[in-house]
Amino acid sequence: MPNKGGVEKKPVQPVINGSVAAQRRISQLPRNSIMGNFRDDEQDFGNMPDLSDEALRPVRPDDQLKLTEAELNEEHTRILTARNPQAAENIVRYSYKDRLFKPIPHVDQLAVHFQLDGNLILRDSDEGRRQVARDGGEYTIEEEDEASTPEAESTEEKTTQDGEDEDDEKPVESSATNGKTKKLTNQFNFSERASQTYNNPCRDRETFVEQTPRAVFSDNVSQWAIFDAYNEDFDLQQKAKEKENKKSSTKKDDDRKKKFVATDLSGDDMAKFARSKSASISLKIIERMINQNTFDDIAQDFKYWEDAADEYREQEGSLLPLWIFQYDLTKKLACTNLAWNSQYSDLFAVAFGSYDFLKQTRGMFLVYSLKNPSFPEYIFQTESGVMCLDFHHHHPNLLCCGFYDGSVAVYNVADEQKRPKYQSTARNGKHTDPVWQVRWQKDDLDGNLNFYSISSDGRVVCWTLVKSDLMYADIVQLKLEKPATEPNETLPLATLGCGTCFDFNKQQDYLFIVGTEEGKIHKCSKSYNNQFLDTFDAHHMAIYAVRWNTFHPKIFLSCSADWTVKVWDINYKVPLFTYDLGSAVGDIAWAPYSSTVFAACTADGKVFVFDLNVNKYEPLTEQIVVQKKRTKLTHITFNRNHPIILAGDDRGNVISLKLSPNLRKKPKVKKGQDVAEGTEGESVKLDKILALIRDPDDVKSKGVPTQQTSTTPIPTTN
Amino acid sequence: MTQAEVDDTLKRIQEHKGVHGFLIINNDGIPIRTSLDTALSQQYAALIKSLSDKARSTIRDIDPTNELVFFRMRTKKHEVLVAPEKEYTMIVLQATDVL
Repeated sequence: MPNKGGVEKKPVQPVINGSVAAQRRISQLPRNSIMGNFRDDEQDFGNMPDLSDEALRPVRPDDQLKLTEAELNEEHTRILTARNPQAAENIVRYSYKDRLFKPIPHVDQLAVHFQLDGNLILRDSDEGRRQVARDGGEYTIEEEDEASTPEAESTEEKTTQDGEDEDDEKPVESSATNGKTKKLTNQFNFSERASQTYNNPCRDRETFVEQTPRAVFSDNVSQWAIFDAYNEDFDLQQKAKEKENKKSSTKKDDDRKKKFVATDLSGDDMAKFARSKSASISLKIIERMINQNTFDDIAQDFKYWEDAADEYREQEGSLLPLWIFQYDLTKKLACTNLAWNSQYSDLFAVAFGSYDFLKQTRGMFLVYSLKNPSFPEYIFQTESGVMCLDFHHHHPNLLCCGFYDGSVAVYNVADEQKRPKYQSTARNGKHTDPVWQVRWQKDDLDGNLNFYSISSDGRVVCWTLVKSDLMYADIVQLKLEKPATEPNETLPLATLGCGTCFDFNKQQDYLFIVGTEEGKIHKCSKSYNNQFLDTFDAHHMAIYAVRWNTFHPKIFLSCSADWTVKVWDINYKVPLFTYDLGSAVGDIAWAPYSSTVFAACTADGKVFVFDLNVNKYEPLTEQIVVQKKRTKLTHITFNRNHPIILAGDDRGNVISLKLSPNLRKKPKVKKGQDVAEGTEGESVKLDKILALIRDPDDVKSKGVPTQQTSTTPIPTTN
Repeated sequence: MTQAEVDDTLKRIQEHKGVHGFLIINNDGIPIRTSLDTALSQQYAALIKSLSDKARSTIRDIDPTNELVFFRMRTKKHEVLVAPEKEYTMIVLQATDVL
């Protein structure tokens, strides 16, 4: 209030009018007084003594209308009407009917100053009824209820703000009134109560455990896997059955297992590999395959090559050189014997020794396979030169051999130890001179294996393998026939000739022939010890080989250092054929497929093949097979199944040769004729040939009408 | 076969005409003994082993009583000879044109 402030601050002003009403408000002052005071307003302010106060002094805006007093006293009349001063007075609307704008006669004079929409609805209205129905309460039209309900409503209205109590009261009241009205939830009587429980904070807890070791396992099932599984099961069953029967087998298994354990621990992978059986097999296979690759062309030739030229040369054949078997340690040794294995047609044994009397060193024998020409399958070293060897017919692993020092031995080729199973010693009937030939014979009556040997000391000895011993028995002693002119002496010295070779008749086992160094052939029998059945004066020099014909029981062949090969019939003292080969003949062999084919090898490195069926006087083939000159061929042999010949020389090489078709001929069959195959057919064939040359009546005469250089007439002496 | 004989045979194989090298692997395909360099050995071991298994499986599928003994692959540059066995497999590389 400016009054108070003014009183305190300013000094009291002298009152002009003498009235103490100076302290009144300007608005409370009578109008006139104010006006009176303001008449002199135009001059200055100071003429208003009542209003000298700043606070009381009216503040006049500058643009206030200044009226005169007369104007101020005018009376103005005012009339209140219901007219809305803000309503438009001339609203014009376009009339479509008249097509012009027409003013509206009445303008709405309603002025809305304030509008508020309520949310009360009439109970009787549709909306109200709907709500009541929705709430489930029955709608009563009774007046009592209406009366009571407004009361209730009013009471409700009053008590809405109290809180919880009314909730209890309302149902009580409503039930009290009629029990039918439903509580209506509105903003006054309904309050939503919600509460939120405390949400526990979620936390993730993880632990990581050490991963269990995993191994991926996969397998393929196939036909053979099932087969194997069944086989294994079957084997287990068999073993179980065996165990029931024999308990000793379990012990053996343990021993074997123990052995295996020991080796596993001790060896590294390589050693294990060496000991495993499968390793040796795979190694062998690999080596053979490599060799097959290297010698591929030879292998192909061996199998398939046939000399086409043979078609044009009827009386000639050829020998195709195939593999050459060499070994380092045998380079200085001479091949002394060749023998094919009885069971495996690709396996053969070669004996090495020395023919030189002065240079006698150790010896060895090798077992080769045709499948691996570069290295022998088995190597056996011996102390003295091996002069001969032979495979047993039924036991392909047993091999007997004779040595230069006169002993004989029996080896098991499959034995790892390379030592002879049996060996003859000086006490045991060992020969005193080199053993030139050994031959297995059939098992004797007791079932023991036995073999024969012949040596330069003039004895033919039969050795029997009795359990672990070698028993000997002299069969024949080659006694020399004394010339009749020798003077009688008191001590008849029985000198023995030197046997160099022998052969047993294929058909009659007891019969055998012996060749000697003196050039005689003796026909002997196992049963007669002292006497020969017959003697042939065959050659002038030592006989190197005698061989019975494979098919014919009476024909045999002999070859000697006197350059000749002779074909004999056992019944005749005179040879049927004689061939001069120009050099010492080392060995002869009959072909296993024909009774008329035989081969001979000479000291000048040539191989001769004869076929009596084709040409009785000349060889079909005469071929040098050695690499170097001055190599002597020492032995020759045919293979049972394949058309090849092996020839051994004195440089330690063994050469294999393939026979051309001409050499393997079988006689042409006339249609309609039954040809007897096999031994009978062959011997018949031979007989035919012999019949041609031989005059059956005259044994002695040996007229060979056509002479050629290769054959020489034999003087008949008997 | 003794260790010495095995060594002998392997040496012979290695010195044979045209042989580039050999490799012996066990059933897991790990080379036990090899004359080739390591990387090549590993490669050959893994690849040939799987091929050999496949070949063996093929043969036995046709006839379970049969068994693969040997197979060779002749390529332009050389020939691979494989002899699979129960526990070991032997592989040899040989040149095709052996002079």
